[in-house]
Amino acid sequence: MIEPILAFDAARIAYRTRAGDRVVVPEFSLDLRAGEAVGLVGESGCGKSTLAYAAMGYLGSNGHVPSGAIRLDGADIAAMTEAERARLRGARAAMVYQDPMSSLNPVMRIGRQLMEVPIRHQGLARDAAFERALAMLHEVELPDPGAIMRRYPHELSGGQQQRVVIAMALIGEPALLILDEPTTGLDVTVEAAVLDLIAELRVRHDSAILFISHDLNTVARVCERIGVIYAGELVEVAAADELFARPRHPYTRALLGCLPSRASHRRSAPLAAIPGRMMRPEDRPVGCAFAARCAFADAQRCTTTPISINRDASGGHAVRCVRAGELDPWQPPVDTAETHSVMQTGEPVIEARALEKTYRAARLLDAGAGHEVRALDGVDLSISRGETLAVVGESGCGKSTFAKLLSGLEAPTGGEVRIKGRALGAAAVERRPREIVRALQMIFQNPDATLNPSHSVGFSLSRPLKRLRGLAPARRRDERVRLLDQVRLPEPYAARRPGQLSGGEKQRVAIARALAGKPDVLIADEPVSALDVSVQAAILNLLAELQDEQGMAMLFISHDLAVVRYLADSVAVMYRGRVMEYGPLDAVYARPHHPYTEALLSAAPGLDPSVARIRLRGSASDATPAQAGCPFAPRCPRKQGALCENETPSLQEAGGTHVIACHISLDELADPPALDEGSRDG
Amino acid sequence: MSAASALVLFHAVARSLLLLRYSPVGLLGAGLVAFWVIIALFAPLITPYDPLANDYAALADPGPSAAHWLGTDNLGRDLLSRLVWGARSLLAIVPLAVAIAYLVGCLMGLAAGYLGGWVDALLMRVSDIILAFPVIILYMIVLAHFGPSAINVVLAVAFTAAPQIARIVRGLTLDLRNRDYVAAARLRGERPLYIMVAEILPNTRGPLIVDSCLRLGYSTIAIGVLGFLGLGLPPSDPNWGGMVKDSYALISVYPHMALIPCAAITSLVVGFNLLADAIRELGQND
Repeated sequence: MIEPILAFDAARIAYRTRAGDRVVVPEFSLDLRAGEAVGLVGESGCGKSTLAYAAMGYLGSNGHVPSGAIRLDGADIAAMTEAERARLRGARAAMVYQDPMSSLNPVMRIGRQLMEVPIRHQGLARDAAFERALAMLHEVELPDPGAIMRRYPHELSGGQQQRVVIAMALIGEPALLILDEPTTGLDVTVEAAVLDLIAELRVRHDSAILFISHDLNTVARVCERIGVIYAGELVEVAAADELFARPRHPYTRALLGCLPSRASHRRSAPLAAIPGRMMRPEDRPVGCAFAARCAFADAQRCTTTPISINRDASGGHAVRCVRAGELDPWQPPVDTAETHSVMQTGEPVIEARALEKTYRAARLLDAGAGHEVRALDGVDLSISRGETLAVVGESGCGKSTFAKLLSGLEAPTGGEVRIKGRALGAAAVERRPREIVRALQMIFQNPDATLNPSHSVGFSLSRPLKRLRGLAPARRRDERVRLLDQVRLPEPYAARRPGQLSGGEKQRVAIARALAGKPDVLIADEPVSALDVSVQAAILNLLAELQDEQGMAMLFISHDLAVVRYLADSVAVMYRGRVMEYGPLDAVYARPHHPYTEALLSAAPGLDPSVARIRLRGSASDATPAQAGCPFAPRCPRKQGALCENETPSLQEAGGTHVIACHISLDELADPPALDEGSRDG
Repeated sequence: MSAASALVLFHAVARSLLLLRYSPVGLLGAGLVAFWVIIALFAPLITPYDPLANDYAALADPGPSAAHWLGTDNLGRDLLSRLVWGARSLLAIVPLAVAIAYLVGCLMGLAAGYLGGWVDALLMRVSDIILAFPVIILYMIVLAHFGPSAINVVLAVAFTAAPQIARIVRGLTLDLRNRDYVAAARLRGERPLYIMVAEILPNTRGPLIVDSCLRLGYSTIAIGVLGFLGLGLPPSDPNWGGMVKDSYALISVYPHMALIPCAAITSLVVGFNLLADAIRELGQND
C-alpha cells in the first residue's frame, strides 16, 4: 500500500484558552494520496480551516494535537521542530488562502516574492529562479508575465493576485496543495476561471489537493472526493458525483436542499432551510452533533452513544449516521413551474430616470484636474408594488451605487429619483420629506456592521418606531415584540446585544428594523452573501414571505445568479454602470442572452443548461474605461470589431419588457456562441 | 441618549475591571491606583499632622523618626501628611483635567470626522497649531497669563490634551461613519448630532479607555512638572511637584525630602500605565 501524502489519523485538535482546552476537532481521520483532490465542505465555525492550518503545522502558540496524529509524508507534524516544519512548507506542502492581498508582501515586487521559493527550497541560483518564476506565471495564464514580475501586488486585480499566489504555491512543486476558500472573495466570472486553472494545474503537476470551502458546488468543480464536516466531525465522505446523486447523511441532504439552483423558486419550489444553528465546539453532545437540528433524529439511538463513521460495502462512501440505512432514497428538488415572475401592473413605487453618478478622484497636487469615474451611467429602472427587481453584476458594476442613490445615502450627479410619484431631484436623504424617508428602508450586506454593537436589539428596533412612526413608549414595546416575532426571534432577544447574536440572527434584526417604519420600498444590498447557505435559505424565505405579506417593492442587489433566480420577478444585469439586459426573470434566464449575461450564467453551473462554459479575459476592473462604445466590448467573446468599440449599443426589444443592449441581432444571440481560441485564455 | 452612553461606558469599565483578574500586571496597576485613591479619599483621617504645621524641633534631625514616619521637609512640616494631602489635590485635579479634555476632544473629533469639509479643515488646523507648541511652553503661557491656581492648571492640561484626543476620535470616526448602522440611522432621518453622540461615540470606547488611563499618567507627570516649576498650585498647598522643588537643593544632605514625593509620582504613573497595558491586552483577546 502506498503511503498517503497527508494523513489525519484520529487527530484531535484543541486550543488552549483561559477557560481550559477548547476542542475544535474531536477526532478526525482522512487520507490524501498522491494526485488526489479531496474537498472539505462545512459551514463557518465547523473547524475546516483549523484542519487546514493543522495540516501545515500552523496552529499557533495555543493550538495543539492532544491525541492522534497528522502525518505529512508519514512524519508527525506535531512532533517536528519549527525548523523542520519550515523546510516542509513550500517544498512539500503549500497553502493558498482566501485573501490574496494578505498573502503577498505589499512592498516586494511579484518577481522577488516568487523567486524566494526556489532559491530557498531548491537552492537554485538567481537566474534559474527567475526563469522558473517566469515560466510559472506563464502557466497560471497571466498576461505578459515579464511585466507582472516587476509589479507590486497592489497593481494587480484580485483575480491576478490569486493567480500569483497559486503560482507561488506551485513553484516549489509541492506534493500537497491546501486551498482554503481560494475563490471566495472573487467575482463569479473570475472565480470560474481560477477554478478551471486549479483543475488544469492539478493534472499537470500531480499534486494532491485539499480544497476547503463553504460551497459544495465550488468544491465539486475541482475535487473527486468530498467530505462534509459538521461541528468538527466528518459526517459523510463520498465521491463527488455519488455525494450529489445519493447523499446519505441528513446534514448533507439538508445542505443540498438549501442550495438555490435551477430547481428552486420562492413560490413553486421553496428552499428548505435547516432549523437552529450549529453549537459551539465545546458544547458538542455525546451522540450525533446534528441530532438537535435533524428531522430524522431518534432520541434513543442518536443522542445517547457516540456515533461512529461507517463505510458502505464498496468502501467509497462513509456516513456517520445510525439511521442512514433507513432513510428514503434521496429525491433531488424539482421545480415544475413554467413561469416564475408575477408581473405587477400599476404605478411604479420607485423610479430611476437617467440616473448618473460620477465620482471625482481628487489628485494630490493639481486639485483642479481630477480624474473622473463614472459609477453609474444613465440608468432607467422602476419597481412596482409587490415586485422584486434584482440588480445583478460583479464588483464595480455600479449596483451598490445605484442602491445608494435611490436611498439618498448619496446624491446623484444627473437624472432623478421618484418615490411614490414624487420627484426628489438630487436630494440626499437629509433633505427628503419625512414621508419619503419612511417609505424607503434598506438592509445591508455585512451582518457585523449592520447593527450598532453598543445598542441592544430592543433599542435598535424602538428607535425607528419612534422616529418614523412617532409611537409612544408603551406602543413601541408592543410593536417591538411583533417585529421580533415577524422575523422569528423570541421576545427575550430584545435585551441582547449584537455581539451575542449569530450572523443570521443579526440579519433578521436588521430586517425587523427596516420593516419598523412599514416601508413601501425595501432595498436589500447583498443581504445573504456573507451568510452560510443554510442561514441564507432561511433569510431568503423570510424576505419572500414578508414581501408577500406586506406588498412592498423590493430592490434586491446580488452577484449570485442562483439567489436572484430564486427571489426576483424582474432582473437587470449591470456592467460598468450601465444596464446590459433587463426583463422578467424567465426571459433573462433563457435565450437570447446578452453576451455578458451569458458569461455570468456559464460561471454558475446548471442555471441555463444551454450555456457552455465561457471564460472571460481579465476582470471588470482591470480594463481601461471606454469612453464610447459598449463597456463590455474589451472582454466580450462575441465582439463584432470596431462597431462595438465605437458606438454605444441601443436597447433591442426582445419581447414584452425584455431588452438587451447589444449590437448583435437577437437571432444570433439566441444561438450558443462559437468558441474560438481567443475567448479561451483566462 | 447621554444616559445610554454613560451606561455603556459604565458597562465597559465594569467589564474591564472584572477581566483584570486574568492579568497580574493589570491587578498590580489597579492596586497602585486604588492605594492612592483610598489615601486621597481618607486624607483627613489618615494624616497625623496638619500638612502646613511646622515642627521646628524636628528640624534638628528631619529624617524619618517615630514622630514623623517619613521625616519632615526643610521647614519641619510632616512629610507623610504633606504626601497624603498632595495625593488628594492631585487626584482631584488630574481626573477633572482629563475629563474636560475628553469632553472637548470628543466633540471636536466627532465633528471633524463626521461632518468633514471645512469643519474638519478648521478644527484640525487649530489642533495642529496647538500641537506644534512644546507642551511645557504652552503650560507656561497659559499659567503665566491667567495666574497659577488649581482651576487654571486643570484648564491648561485640558487645553493641550484636547487636540490629541480630537485626533484619535477623528480617526475612529472616519472609520465608523461608513458602517452600515450609521447609514441605517441616516435612512430613518436622524440628525447629525444624534448620529455622532449615540451611534458613533459609544463605539470609540475601546481605544479611548486605554488612552484615558495613559493620559491620566501623562497628566500626573505634567502637573508634577508644573509644581516643580512653581507654576502649579499656590506654593503653601502641599503638592508633590512643589515638594520636590522645595527640597531638591538639599538632596545630597536629606535625600528623603525630594525622593519620597518622586517615588509617589512614579508609583501613581506606573499604576496608570500598567492598567492601560492590561486593558489593551485584554481588549485584544476578547
